[in-house]
Amino acid sequence: MSVGLEHYLVVSALLFALGLLGVILRRNLLVIYMSLELMLNAGNLALVAFSRYTGNLDGQVLVFFVITVAAAEVSVGLALIVALYRKRQTAHVEDLTLMKL
Amino acid sequence: MTTPDVLFYVFAFLTLLCGFLVIANPFSSNPVTSAMFLVLAIASLAALFALLNAFFLAAIQVLVYAGAVMVLFLFVIMFLDLKAEERRKIRKFGVFGGLVSVGAIVFILLRSLLEFPPEAQSSPTLKGGTAELGALLFGQYLLPFEIVSVLLLVAMVGTVLLSKKELK
Repeated sequence: MSVGLEHYLVVSALLFALGLLGVILRRNLLVIYMSLELMLNAGNLALVAFSRYTGNLDGQVLVFFVITVAAAEVSVGLALIVALYRKRQTAHVEDLTLMKL
Repeated sequence: MTTPDVLFYVFAFLTLLCGFLVIANPFSSNPVTSAMFLVLAIASLAALFALLNAFFLAAIQVLVYAGAVMVLFLFVIMFLDLKAEERRKIRKFGVFGGLVSVGAIVFILLRSLLEFPPEAQSSPTLKGGTAELGALLFGQYLLPFEIVSVLLLVAMVGTVLLSKKELK
């Protein structure tokens, strides 16, 4: 059986599930953040596969924007984590239960 | 099976394996190990993009994700002192609940995929060259492109502000 669109979509779904599992299970803020990146990449893979198999380049343009916005999001998020660590000396979500700094 | 098919299976397996090792490495729960496996997962995803003829996106993926974003991650991991994190245990109830909910989502996704297979062209014809992508980006999608540049500026200012010693 030759590789088709379904194969890529299955890989994308499994990668998304792995990222979601990481967000639910891990308690370290940085690892949760990496799992978020995995989920974004799973979405990107599905978009590129759709773009290839439907003969339309719009999906690739959307992936370009997703990568750009993800880079901005990572820089701001990591700055937030560093600021939080300075205040509370922890990067563990179970120690961060107060909304007050 | 042709060579691209074999390559697809190799890189899909590598991506999923490295993705698993990012979230649940049985040998180490150090965030640095997770970050290294995330680099590997992203690199094999770039290979999958290249297999899908999206060469520009494969290059961008390696440059932006494996290059810039992961350097940022490693820098922050080494900036924070995370030694105490390694001793923490994962609770059984959390594992059970997470596996059940994620399993349900995977079941729904795969079942909908199998029951309603997407109508794809049997032989994909899209060339996906960088020139066509650039023409689309600077033609039809010019306004979103400019807005994204403003977004990057906002993110930069926000990062500088948040990283200052004293938040006011």
